[in-house]
Amino acid sequence: MTYYTVSFYLFAAIILLSAYFVVTTKNVIYAAFNLLLTFFGVAGFYALLGADFIAIVQLIVYVGGILILLLFGVMLTNKITDTEIKTGAFQVLPASIIVGMFSGVLIASMTNNRWIVSANTPVAADTLRTIGNILMNQYILIFEVLGVLLLIALIGAASIARK
Amino acid sequence: MQEIGIAHFLIVSSLLFSFGLYGVVTRKNAIMVLMGLELILNAANINFITFAKFNGNVGFGQVAALFVIVLAAAESAIALAIVLNIYKNFNQVNVDEIDKLRD
Amino acid sequence: MNELSFIQAALVVLFLPLLGFTVTILYGKRFKWLYLFEVAIITIALGISIYMLFIRLAYFADAPPFQKEFLWINLGIVPLLGKVTVELGIMIDNITVLMLFVVCLISALVHYFSIEYMKGDKRYSRYFAYLGIFTFSMLGIVFTHNLLMMYIFWELVGLSSYLLIGFWYEKKSASDASKKAFITNRIGDLGMLAGILLIFSTYHTFTFEAIFAQIKAGQMPLNSGFWLTATGILLFCGAIGKSAQFPLHVWLPDAMEGPTPVSALIHAATMVAAGVYLTVRIFPMLTGDALLFIAIIGALSAFIPATIALTQTDIKKILAYSTISQLGYMIMALGVGAYSFGFFHLITHAFFKAGLFLGSGSVIYAMHHEQDIRQMGGLRKKLPITYAAFVIYSLAISGIPLTSGFLSKDGILASAYAFGGLTGYKIFAITGFLVALLTAFYMFRLIFVTFHGEPRNQHKYDHAHESPALMTVPLIILAVLSIFAFYTANPLDAGKGWTLSSWIKTPPSVVPASLRYEFMNEKQPEVAEVSKSHNETEPVAENVEAKKNEQIIHSEEYTHALHSAHYPAMGLSLLVAILGIFTAYLFYIKKVVNLDAFVEKIKPLYNFSLNKWYFDEFYNSVFVGFVMLLSKILNWFDANIVDGIVNASASVTRTVSTFSNAIDKYIVDGLVNFLAILTGMFGIFLRKLQTGKVQTYLVMVIFSIIVLIFIFI
Repeated sequence: MTYYTVSFYLFAAIILLSAYFVVTTKNVIYAAFNLLLTFFGVAGFYALLGADFIAIVQLIVYVGGILILLLFGVMLTNKITDTEIKTGAFQVLPASIIVGMFSGVLIASMTNNRWIVSANTPVAADTLRTIGNILMNQYILIFEVLGVLLLIALIGAASIARK
Repeated sequence: MQEIGIAHFLIVSSLLFSFGLYGVVTRKNAIMVLMGLELILNAANINFITFAKFNGNVGFGQVAALFVIVLAAAESAIALAIVLNIYKNFNQVNVDEIDKLRD
Repeated sequence: MNELSFIQAALVVLFLPLLGFTVTILYGKRFKWLYLFEVAIITIALGISIYMLFIRLAYFADAPPFQKEFLWINLGIVPLLGKVTVELGIMIDNITVLMLFVVCLISALVHYFSIEYMKGDKRYSRYFAYLGIFTFSMLGIVFTHNLLMMYIFWELVGLSSYLLIGFWYEKKSASDASKKAFITNRIGDLGMLAGILLIFSTYHTFTFEAIFAQIKAGQMPLNSGFWLTATGILLFCGAIGKSAQFPLHVWLPDAMEGPTPVSALIHAATMVAAGVYLTVRIFPMLTGDALLFIAIIGALSAFIPATIALTQTDIKKILAYSTISQLGYMIMALGVGAYSFGFFHLITHAFFKAGLFLGSGSVIYAMHHEQDIRQMGGLRKKLPITYAAFVIYSLAISGIPLTSGFLSKDGILASAYAFGGLTGYKIFAITGFLVALLTAFYMFRLIFVTFHGEPRNQHKYDHAHESPALMTVPLIILAVLSIFAFYTANPLDAGKGWTLSSWIKTPPSVVPASLRYEFMNEKQPEVAEVSKSHNETEPVAENVEAKKNEQIIHSEEYTHALHSAHYPAMGLSLLVAILGIFTAYLFYIKKVVNLDAFVEKIKPLYNFSLNKWYFDEFYNSVFVGFVMLLSKILNWFDANIVDGIVNASASVTRTVSTFSNAIDKYIVDGLVNFLAILTGMFGIFLRKLQTGKVQTYLVMVIFSIIVLIFIFI
């Protein structure tokens, strides 16, 4: 029972519980805050997996950007005077059955596969340098394209919302 | 209790994926659907990082995860713009009542 | 500038007008100033074409044609034909650059002229776009090195002329004229297509050079000289349509319904010249018989419109008939073997006829769109520049010395004269001189009636004014180009000048010696013998043939005849030209003869000419009448025989249907109703699935994925 194991189970519990609340709670605001927790948990997983930089990016982008965006969406699309911002669900039973089956299939395929695992590689001391090298060498084109894509998304979002 | 291996992470990500999927298919509110989508993307990201870590090729998987995050940001911005548009046109964001596809 | 850069320049010139067209047609409606883009484009094209003209003629005048081709379609091995590939390409020789310059210059001048002339038109930029596509298609014809591309651009020219002639399509006469031009051209093109297919099925190529080489090697369509002649004539049919030759000339006068600058572009330099250009391109493969046919067509087209032009009163119609007549001249010149003079006349005619049309445009503009010369008169004082330019053009077309028209026309007449002496067909020379007389007469009739005398319509006269500089400058440029000095240093003899001696060279004929005109062969006794016994002594004949093919086209005899014909022909042509002008002077200025009384005296002839020899009526009654008669017969057939059969079968059907009705009602209907109920039940079930909600569909998709996973794994 190492700290590693403890942290793993802790984060896993956070992720799964909060994710469960996200998809089941009726209150949109609760769902958003549970989503926040999920993102934290996932960031913790990243840290456990040695991806410290990604963990930070996860927090900055998801929690700082996307979640705020979603909250704005909630506020803009519901009347602000409504104290109870609630929403329902439908086709719960068929969806539960089928998604349950699907998740069974997924987990089965994940566990039954013999993944090629290399010998326990030490966690790189500076992942940021590694990522930077890769981004600026092998993936430079994709990197640039992504920049353009973000710009287009910005313009597109503005133009769609303006109409 | 066995040592935490690759399967542990993968199982958690699978479950997260399933929750996300469930949210996408059952929720009425379009924004809730978007939240489900974010869960799915996160599940995929966990897989990337996990495989990167256990395969030894740390950098490449993380770069892929980075790209996914960027795409997620772009996607949610666009999707919210669309949701706002829907709200303007139908005065509500409940996807189950917007069934023009049937006509 | 080397060969490659020539090809590149040619491609640039070719596609610039297309660019202008695309941009102007797409955005011209929104940006009103975009017509300037098209004008700028054509100016650039003109600049490049002038550059190409100078470089080619100064440094490469004796070089072989520059060619570049690429494989367009590779059909592989085709049954009956063998290996089939289709190449497209560009060829640039002296003829090409001369023609290129003519087309670009006239097109550019027409563009400038139109800026003012079309001002205020509601489809202003579209007009310029059409000019652009017209120039593009014409340049395609000029640059092509194969028949297929020629045909493609040939049709494009037909299309764009349709658009331009019918530009004011609200006018019924204009839309009718455009349709007439298009359909009449189609008739000629049918022949051309047949010729092209005949050539392709024989030689498996469209490229001029390859075709000529194979003909030279003795290969002929269907292995007979007759079919070679027929192929030549069929290809020439395209030229008959495009160049408005007899009997398909009827479209050109009607095409005057288009805007006047368009007439200058289409009917002076480009579209009608395309027919002559085609004939020039295929000249080496034309046999003696085909050339004779061409000469006859040319002579007829020179003579008939000239007589019609005598009595017309619409200023543009007169010019239209004069155009047909002059084109007939060129065709006749090619027909009698005077290749260089024919093409030379094409160039000189392009300049002064474009000038005449633009000048008439200037007059019409000044007179506020009045085209009837009986309403004009005395305009000399009001339009001095137009008048001066008009006189220069008219002198040129009449063939007065010091003008370009004199050089080319004199050459044609001399060749026709020499041809008559050599072969005995004197009729061409006689026609030529007669037409020269008529031409001088009607052109100066036009000038005297329009610009001299007293104003006949005082009101319009008072409002007339000289056109703005944008319209007069093109007139001046064209007038300057109608002076001899650009073509030769000696104003009396073009043959020694640089144009004919070094630029336009007659290509050697490739058809077998026995199929050529007699005078094209070198007279050698043993050769004549050999060609008579062609079949028996094959190897020897081939040998001699090969030797003969190396020589230039004209024999010494012909050169000699041409030389001796030169001065008599010149004297005669000068005489008839002056005679024509003088007669016009007597008739319309001095009024020595009472015109009305004179007309009364020759009433039938006058009417015959005024009504254009009744060609339209003839075509109407014969072709249209024939179709009407045929349809009447078919109608009768339909009403009596077909209907009878139909009625009979109808009563049989009724009887049968009574039986079938009974079966239908009880057996089939029952089955159908059962099926309907079944389908309805399915429908009720399936409708549940079709909710219109994306999420439901998503659930189904996931379910399907699971099923697929279980099936495949």
